[in-house]
This record gives sequence, structure tokens and C-alpha cells, in this order.
Amino acid sequence: MKKNKVFCSILAVLIALSLVLTACGSSAAGPSEDLAPGEVSEVVESGSSSTRTKLSMWYHGAGNEVERNILLSIIDDYNNSQDKYVVEVQDFPQISYNASVVAAALAGNLPDIIDVDGPVMPNWAWAGYLSPLELSDGALDEFLPSTIGMWEGEVYSVGLWEAACAIYARKSVLDQYNIRIPTLEQPWDLEEFDAALETLQASGEFDYALDLGMAWTGEWYPYGFSPFLQSFGGDIVDRSTYTTAEGAMNGPEAIAFGEWWQSLFVRGLVPGTTQDSADRDTGFIEGRYAMMWNGNWAGASALEPYGDDLLILPAPDFGNGSRIGAGSWQFGVSADSQNKEGANEFIEFMMQDKYLVAFSNGINNIPSTPSAAAASELYASGAPFEIFFEYSAAQSTLRPPTPAYLTAALVFEKALADIANGADVVDALDAAADEITADIVANGGYGFDGSVVGPSIQEDEIATGK
Amino acid sequence: MAQITKVETRNQMRSSKWPIERNTEAITAWLMASPAMILMILFLIIPFFLAFYFSFTNQRLISPNPTEFLGLQNYKQLLTLKILRLDPIKNESGEPVLDEDGNFTYIRERDITRNPDYPQYAGLQRWNSWDVGKTRFTLLASDVVFMKSLINTLYFAIVIVPGQAGLGLILALLINRRVKGVNVFRTIYFIPVVVSIVVVSILFRFIYDGDNGLLNSALVFITGGAFKPIDWLANTTTAMPAIMLMSAWQAVGIHMIIWLAGLQNIPFTLYEAADIDGANAFQKFLYVTWPGLHNTAVFILVTITIAALGLFTQIHVMTRGGPLDSTSTVIFQAVRKGFDMQNIAYGSTISVVFFILVLSVAIIQRYLTREKSS
Repeated sequence: MKKNKVFCSILAVLIALSLVLTACGSSAAGPSEDLAPGEVSEVVESGSSSTRTKLSMWYHGAGNEVERNILLSIIDDYNNSQDKYVVEVQDFPQISYNASVVAAALAGNLPDIIDVDGPVMPNWAWAGYLSPLELSDGALDEFLPSTIGMWEGEVYSVGLWEAACAIYARKSVLDQYNIRIPTLEQPWDLEEFDAALETLQASGEFDYALDLGMAWTGEWYPYGFSPFLQSFGGDIVDRSTYTTAEGAMNGPEAIAFGEWWQSLFVRGLVPGTTQDSADRDTGFIEGRYAMMWNGNWAGASALEPYGDDLLILPAPDFGNGSRIGAGSWQFGVSADSQNKEGANEFIEFMMQDKYLVAFSNGINNIPSTPSAAAASELYASGAPFEIFFEYSAAQSTLRPPTPAYLTAALVFEKALADIANGADVVDALDAAADEITADIVANGGYGFDGSVVGPSIQEDEIATGK
Repeated sequence: MAQITKVETRNQMRSSKWPIERNTEAITAWLMASPAMILMILFLIIPFFLAFYFSFTNQRLISPNPTEFLGLQNYKQLLTLKILRLDPIKNESGEPVLDEDGNFTYIRERDITRNPDYPQYAGLQRWNSWDVGKTRFTLLASDVVFMKSLINTLYFAIVIVPGQAGLGLILALLINRRVKGVNVFRTIYFIPVVVSIVVVSILFRFIYDGDNGLLNSALVFITGGAFKPIDWLANTTTAMPAIMLMSAWQAVGIHMIIWLAGLQNIPFTLYEAADIDGANAFQKFLYVTWPGLHNTAVFILVTITIAALGLFTQIHVMTRGGPLDSTSTVIFQAVRKGFDMQNIAYGSTISVVFFILVLSVAIIQRYLTREKSS
């Protein structure tokens, strides 16, 4: 046991070092602003006396001034509202946040309150970093289901906001080419969507009919594209047992998805994997791409040039329901925390509608409750992005909530990139299914024993038309 | 004789000192060396042995499951290669079944590797296959991506080592003159070295862009529109050469400087002597310059080889191993498996294999370039 601890601490030191290296290496690749973690830590002073207990908190949003100010004002409010606890927050750049938490967990240095990306939460809960939340009864009643992080039947995290994806298009363009404008009730199906893409491409007016965002490597692939696979009826893992990807990742539905996915690139309807991020950001706005598949965060910049002409359209229904990804950043309590009561109290304090509205107005995300959405600038009734709240409520499909997701997401990303680049579809999907399954087996099932724990993607409520 | 007396006097001096003083000297020496030694032990020696240890276990980065000792299983998973011999599918009358193009058809490899009747092929994947007559020979590997990465890494090294070293030497010869303004050229050639490889990689992603990249635009302009734009990084045949070109451009400056230092160490009198003997420029290079550069050449060869085998940053930033694994490298796989996928044990196994690879290449080079005693 002791020996193992020594290994772990050495490992932690190494990870910390590699973290510094990867942070240096990749920060230039992403849009992130690199701040050393220690640099931005700040002790919130609020006439605190030494008798108050300190609650430490880590947050992934270093570099975003607006986001940080909202968070600090909430912490201020909380610290002034009672005299038992003082919350202190430390910011990290998002690109190295997860690795920082892993390193801290290995070294036994986790803070009391951590924020966690929705799909990663089951991995951390399984690994024992998180303890279940203890909120008062009914606290979560109004929250969108996708903002509540569940693992093994218990709530581990809760999100103050949600994100949603949609197809951005222009009314004038669709009207010009006689393309029906889809609705939430009647989205495009595969044939209609495909025909629209062909028409737009054939017009010669655009470089590409649709921009999928292939430039955004990493989590965007599973977040943005696995809902397509799920809408076809496939999935990243078989979520009836969570112990295999066989049949889900490489079944007939997945192969149909893969063939269609490859055809998008073969037919030249979408930019390929070498798209650069500048084109991703400006292609639709400058009119070089006819449509764009993107999240609500891109709404403001698309609204500016197009105004009323801008359409925010629902994801196509490829046969198994119209689906979009779900689960954004959420807050949880670390398992090592000595002050779980205080940490839970603070999280519940943050869950007030006024703070949900503040975050939504500040960073453009969708508030987690209907009442907060109604009070927000962008998602209220009649506001430009109201429709996103409806999409989120109606189409959200969680990325498989299993600790296996961490590895599966990387395998999925590679499979989609390979298929886009011309790999044999069946071989690529078979290889991906094998790799995901092998990882689950190597980890003793990640806490699942092979018994059926829930509906598969084809049996869940979106497909059956809840 | 003179040397012996020197040693004797030193010995006399030593013995005349107080033993305590010698002790403090030793302590001081250890103290001075300790910061470097502690860091080296912590970040080089211990991780080195840890990697060996982890490669025999199933150690995960994070996991509530206890670590188990696996023996050689990781190495088996990484390195297994098998050849599968397949005969064409035949119908009931013994005639081979042909597909619509008139080719023989074969059973899918995965139907064998996933069939419990063939445990010897379990878990293997198809890497490549060749048809010899009617028989199809398929090469199966347990980790196809790693095998491809290994080949890619060697391919990169085989091109980059002579290419970059040669280019560096040519540049060094060109700027090794006492001409006005030569420092300007030295600076220009050296500038890419001081730019971070991450920055260079991002810039070259834009330059190689298939739709509106600088390289395509330039080639189209030069050829008057005859050149058809290529998406350099999306093409399995051009992606690796594109990365080689960029890497060589970025790193050649440092080797040019080292070559230059070697060139300037060659005594000028040798060239004068060669002139008197009537040697032409080529003969002077072959018999004066090249032998004089022997130690520099060995140094450059070893450093470029090690750097080339460790190819990672360009891949990580530009292609992430794609398209279709054509730019994936050994170190890229080690990071992907070990850190991204949290399988430290497997990442360690790749690192150990990488260590053995580098070590053997270095030993072979050392042997081939040894000073031959006459």
C-alpha cells in the first residue's frame, strides 16, 4: 500500500510536469489564454475572521473576464450571506483543467468544490474523486434533466447552464432554392437534408453547403457528431449494459451513419479534417458556407451580420429521433472534502435563478431552468435564441454516462476523422468498437457487471416520441 | 618524466592538507552537484525505472481498481504479428466464388480473429494483405496503429536524417565565406530555429490549407493555373512529406551552425597545402573538409536521429496522427494511450520499446562511425 502511494506521488509530480508541457504545447493551438494556476488564485476578503471555515473551489474558466466576475460576485454574495464559510476560487485554463484535477486527485490535494464537464463526471465519480450531492428536497425539480449529473442512481453534479447545437442557415438562401424550413415538430429527414445539401452545393454560390466544424478536434467530435450516430440508431457504447460497444458502434445503423458521413466528404459538401479554425469561425458569417452546424455560443456572432435573416434550425432526424448533445460544465463536491456540508450549501446557493440568469446574460449559455430562461436576455420568450431552450429540452441526448466515455470519446473522434479521410467504413467502425470494448474489459467493466441497466439508444424516449 | 613529477608534487600537496579540509571539499562538491543530481534522479532516473515497472502491470492513471501484475501481456498486445493464409471462398461444387469484377473473394479477417474456434488469432487486426496466385496472405497485428506509427517514425528518420544534415552542411559551406553581408544570410537561415515549433506548426497548417493555403496559391500562380491545388495534410501520400519539409526548414539552422563551427575548426593551413598540391575544390572537400568534420558529423547524426525518432509536436498540432494514421508516430501513440486514454501501463510499454529502438539505432551508428584505427 505504502509502495503504491510512493508511485502515485511520483506519478503526480510527473503529470504536473507534463501538464506544464502540454499546456505550453497546446495553448497556442486552442483559443485559450494561458495563466499559471497560482497566478489567478484570489482570496475573497469579506471581513472574514479566522473562525470561518475556508471552502476551496476550482474553476475551468481562467482567461474569461466576464465569466470570472460573475463567479466572484456570487462568491461575494455567499460569503456575505452567512458567517460560517468563506469560499475561495482558483481558476484554470480549460485546456489543462481536467489534467490538473487528475494530478491533484493522485496527490490527494483536491479542493472542496470542483467543476466538471458533464460527460467526464461519471469517470471522476467512479474513480472516487466526487461524493454525491446532498441538496435539499426539490432543489433540482426545475432543472433540465441534462444539467443533472447522475452516476449509479445518485446526483453527483449540477449545471447552472446548458448548451445546445443547431443548424445555422439563412432564410433568404433557403427560400431562393425552395428548401423547406424545418421545425422542431417536423425536422428534416435524411433524404430532405441530403437533397438540401446537394442543391446548395450545386448552386455554385458557396464553397461548401455545410460546415460541420471539423477544425475543432477534441471534445467537439463526440459532442457535435455522436448525436448524428445516435439519430441513425447507433451509439458510442451499448447503453443498455455499458459493457460493450459491439453492435452499437459497428451495427447496421452505425454503418449506415458511417457511409453517409463519408459521402458528405466524398461529395464535397463539407470541409474536411484539414479545415483551419479561422475558416470555421468566419466561413458561414462571410457567406462562404451555406449552413453551419454549431452550438448556441456561436449565435451572437452569426446574428450580427444576418439579423432577422438568420435561421436556427433543429438537427435532422435520421430515423431515431432528432438529437443534440447535452451536458455542459457542472459543479460537484470532492470526496476528500472535510466540509461537505458547506460545499453543498454553496452549490445550492449558486442554483438560484438570478445567478443562472447572470451566467446566461454574461456568457450566452442556456439557463438550466425555464423560469431563469424566461428572465434571461437571449432565451426569454421572443428573444433571438429562445428556440435553443426548446431544442435542449426536446432533443438532448447525453453522451453515454459511463467512466468509459473518456477513452471512447477519443476512439470515436479518430474513427470519424478516419472515415472522413476515406477509411473503409466497416473496418474503421469495427476497429473502434473493438478498442472501446477492450478498454471496458481492461477496466473490469467500469463498475458495470453486464446486466441490463437501462434502455438502449433505440428504445429511449426521444425515439419513441415521448 | 615531467608528468610523473607533477603527480608526485600533487600527492605531496594533498597529504600535507588536513583530512578535515578534504572532507569539507567533498561535501562542497556533493552540495554543488546535488541540485542537478536530485532533479535528474527525480525526473529522469526514477521515471525511467518506473516506466519499466509499469509496463509489466495494468497501472491506470486514475482507477479505483488495484494495480495488477500482468507480466509480458502489454508487450504481446503491442508487438504481436501473425500471417494468415486464406484460400478463396468456394461454392458447393468447389468453384471459387467471384465478385462482380471477377476477382476471388475471401472471408473477412475479422470473422476469423473474432471466432472462438481460432484462439491463436484472437484480438488481432488486419494490417495489410497480398495476393499470391489464388492465396491471400494477410498480415495481422495486435496493435495496427502502433505498427503503422513505428513505420512512419522510421520513414521520417530515414528521410530527415540525411536530408536535414546534408542541407545544413550545404548551407554551412555557402555561408562559410568572408563576404560582406554573410551575417545577414546566417541570421535568416537561423531565424526559424528560435521560433517555437508549435507556432511554426500552426502557421504551416494555414500554409498547407487545401482551399486557400499559401502553398497552393503560390504553385497555381507560378504554373499559370496548371497546378491543381492539393489538400497537403489530408492526403496520405503528401501529409508526411509536408511535415518533413516543415520540420527540416525549422530545424536546419541549428545544424548549419554546428557544421559551421566544425568548418571553422579546420586549420586554414591544410587548405593552403592542398592548393600547393594543385587540388581542385571537390578534392579539397573530400580530403580536407570532410575528414576534418568527422566528429561534428557523428554528433549531428546522433542528435538528428534522436530528435527525428522523437517526432511529436508537429503531429500533435497539425494532424493528430491522421489522415488514416499516415503521420502517427511512436511518441504520439505513447502520449495518446498513456495520458489521453489514461493507460499509463500501455504508454510505458510504448516508451520502453521506443527506448530500445533509440538505443539500438545509436549503438549501430556509433559502431558504423567509429574512428578506424590504422
